[in-house]
Amino acid sequence: MDVLDLTRLQFAVVTIYHYFFVPLSISLAAIAAGLEITWLRTKNEKFRDLTKFVGKLLIVTFAVGVVTGLVQEFQFGMGWSAFAKFYGDVFGPTLAIEGMLAFFLEATFLALWYFGWERLPRLAHAATIVVVSLGTILSAFIILAGNSFMQNPIAYEMDPVTGRARLTSFAELLTNKVNLAAFPHTLAGAAMIGGALLLAIAVWRMAAEPAHRTLARLGAWVMLAGGAATALTGDHLGKVITEVQPMKMAAAEALYETTKGAPFSIFTIGSPLPSFSLDIPWLLSILAKGSPGATVQGIDDLQAQYAAQYGPGSYVPMIPVAFWSFRLMIGAGMLAAAVGALYLWRTRKNRAAPRWLTRWLPLIPLLPAAANTLGWIFTETARQPWIAFGLTKVADGISPGLTSAEVLASLAGFTVIYGIVAVVWFRLIRHLARQPLHVSEAAETSPELAPVY
Amino acid sequence: MVVITFWFSVVVLAWVLFFVLEGFDFGVGVLGPLLGRDDHERGAIVRTIGPFWDGNEVWLVAAIGVTFAAFPAWYAALLSGLYLPVAVLLLLLAVRGVALEFRGKGDGERWRRRCDIFLAVSSAAIVLLWGALLTVFVRGLALGPDGSVTGSGLNRSLSPVLTWQSLVGAGAALLAALLLGATFLALRTSGPVRRRARDLARWLGTGGAVALVLIGFGTASRTVLAAAALSLAAGLLARHGREALAFATTAVGVAGAVVAVLTANGSVVLPSTLDGSWSLTMSAAAATPSALSLLTVFGVIILPGVLAYQAYSYFVFRRRVASERVPS
Repeated sequence: MDVLDLTRLQFAVVTIYHYFFVPLSISLAAIAAGLEITWLRTKNEKFRDLTKFVGKLLIVTFAVGVVTGLVQEFQFGMGWSAFAKFYGDVFGPTLAIEGMLAFFLEATFLALWYFGWERLPRLAHAATIVVVSLGTILSAFIILAGNSFMQNPIAYEMDPVTGRARLTSFAELLTNKVNLAAFPHTLAGAAMIGGALLLAIAVWRMAAEPAHRTLARLGAWVMLAGGAATALTGDHLGKVITEVQPMKMAAAEALYETTKGAPFSIFTIGSPLPSFSLDIPWLLSILAKGSPGATVQGIDDLQAQYAAQYGPGSYVPMIPVAFWSFRLMIGAGMLAAAVGALYLWRTRKNRAAPRWLTRWLPLIPLLPAAANTLGWIFTETARQPWIAFGLTKVADGISPGLTSAEVLASLAGFTVIYGIVAVVWFRLIRHLARQPLHVSEAAETSPELAPVY
Repeated sequence: MVVITFWFSVVVLAWVLFFVLEGFDFGVGVLGPLLGRDDHERGAIVRTIGPFWDGNEVWLVAAIGVTFAAFPAWYAALLSGLYLPVAVLLLLLAVRGVALEFRGKGDGERWRRRCDIFLAVSSAAIVLLWGALLTVFVRGLALGPDGSVTGSGLNRSLSPVLTWQSLVGAGAALLAALLLGATFLALRTSGPVRRRARDLARWLGTGGAVALVLIGFGTASRTVLAAAALSLAAGLLARHGREALAFATTAVGVAGAVVAVLTANGSVVLPSTLDGSWSLTMSAAAATPSALSLLTVFGVIILPGVLAYQAYSYFVFRRRVASERVPS
C-alpha cells in the first residue's frame, strides 16, 4: 500500500472506532435525561436507580468518545493538510464552532451532573443532563454539516487569488440539504444502538434484578422507534443523494446500465455482472426517485458523463463495497427493529419472554452497531474518488511530504491502543451491569465518592 | 488586520487556558501515586480533578479548532510537520483520559492502583512531550517554499523534537506541571495530602528557581529569569501556607511562558528553519475576512458563556476534598 492508501486506512480505522462510541453517547444521554425527568415527575425511586445506572454506562462510554474524538480534531491537519488548507475557510469553522459550542457544554455539564447529585437542587440537576443531551445533538448537527459539505459542496466560492475555497454563508452551509436529511437519519441510528445496549444488559441481568424489566422494554421501544425512523429518514436521504451524487446510488445497486423501473436486488452472486440475483421489481426506482417507472442512471453512463465533465480518469467507487455495505446496513437495521418488536409483543402485559429469545438478546447491540458502521462505510467509500464531491480528489487532499513509515507507525499505535481500550471498555460495561441497581445512601461510599467535604 | 490579530489573541488565550487548567490536572495525575500513601488518599487526589479535567481538555480542542478555522495554513503545516509526535501525544491523551475516567468504575484496589500508574505515567509523558513541542513552536520546522516539511521515513517529523532545546523545554514543562499540581492539591485538599503537597511545592518552587536561574544566565534570557522569580515566589508562598496565592503565582508563570512562546517570533507564527522567507506569517496563514468575521460573531457570543459556566462548575465543587479518614 502506498502512503495515500495507508492514510485513508488510518482515517477509516480511527473514525469508525470513534463512531462506535458517539451514537451510544448521544442516545444514552437522551435516555438518562428522560429517566431523570420521569423520576422527578413520578417520585418513583426505581427511575432514580435506573438514571444512575444509565449514567454510569454513559460516563464510561463518553470518556472513550472524548479521547477518540480529540484525534478527529487533529486528523485533518496531520494526514490531510492540503485539504485542510484549501477548505479551511469552509470546513474549519464547523470544527471550531462545534468545539466551542458543543464540547464545552457536554464536558462541563456532564461532570456537573455526574458529581452533582448531592450538590445541586433536583431541578437544576435534571437540567444539566438535558443540557448534555442537547450538546451531543448540536454537536452531531454541526459536524454533519462539515461532512455534508464534502458530499455536496455548497456555500463557497473559489478565491481567484489564493485558489482556495471561501465561505459565502454559514447558514447555507448548515442547512445543506444533505445535512437536513443525514442529521435525522444519524440520530435515529444512534437511538437504535443505545436502545439495543440497554435491552441487552437488562435481559441479561433480569433474573437478578427485576427492575431491569422496565429498562428492557424501554430499550426495545427506543430501538424499534429508532428503526422505524431510520427507514423513513433513510428513504428521504436516498432521494437527496440520488440527486447530488447519482453515482453513489448507482453503486449501491451495482446498476451499470441506465434503467427505467429499476429493481432492487436482495442478494446477488457473480461479478461484475450478476449471474444470479433475487430482485424486487421497481424498488430501486422507488427508493431513488419515488416512482416505480422512474429512470435511474447507471454507472457506465455516469462514468462517461463525469469523464467529459472533470477530465479522464475513473469516477467509479468500489462497487462490491458499496453494494454490500448498503444492503447489510438495511438488513441489520431492520432485523434489529424486528427483534425489538418481537420482544415487546412477547413481553406484553407482564408476560415473560421465551427462553430462546432471551438467550440471544444480549448480542442484539451488534446489529445496530453494524448498521451504523456500514452506513458510514457506504457514505464515505461510495463518494470516492472525491474528498469534496466534484471539487477535489482524495489523492489531492493528503499532506505533502508525509511518509509511509510515519503513517504505518501511527496506524500500528492507534490499532493496538484502541484495541486494548475497547476490551477494557467492554469489561467495565459488563462489570457495571453486574452491580446492584439500588445502592443505599450508606453503601454509596465507593472510593471515588468517599471523600467527605 | 485587526480581526486577524484578534483571532491570534483568541488562539493564544485558548492555549494559555489549556496549559494552565490542564497543566494542574496533568500535575495532579503525576503526583497521585507520589503523594497518596493509600487507596483512600489516592482516591481523594483524583477526586480533586474528577469534575474538571474533561472541561479543561476541551481548551485543547478549542485551541486546535480555532487555529484550523482562523489560520488554516498554520494548522496544516504544524500538524502535518509534527505528524508522529502529535500521534504519540494523542495516544497518550487517550490512555490518560480513559485511566482517569475508568478508575472509579472498576472493582478492587488492584484495578485502581493500575489505573493510577497509567494515569501518572501518561500524564508525565504528555507534559514532557508538550514541553518539547512548545520549543518547536518557537524554533520552527523545516518548511519548504510550499509550506510543507520534507524528509524521509520516521525522521521527518520526529527530528524536530529530538534536540537539546526540546529536552530543556520538557524539563521546564514537567517542573511547571508538578508545581501547578502540588499547589492545586494544597489548595483543594485537607489532611495529610494537603501537608505533603505544600511541602513538595516548597521544594519544587525553590529548587526550580535555582535551575531556572542557571538556565536564565546561561541563555541570557530575561523571560527565564522572570520565571525563576515566580517559581521562588510560589515556593515561599506555599511555605507560608498561602495556598491560593501560590497556585495563582504558578498559573501566572505558566500563562506568561505560553504567551512568550507563541509571540516569540512576532508576526511569524511558524518559522522555517531552512530559509527565513519561507516562514509562515500570521496574515499569510489567516482565513479570509468573511470566515473570520463569522467566527467573531460566534466567538464573542459563545466564549464568555463558556468561561461563565466553567467558573460555575469550579464554584459548585469548591470545597476541599478530605484526604484524612472521616467516620461516616
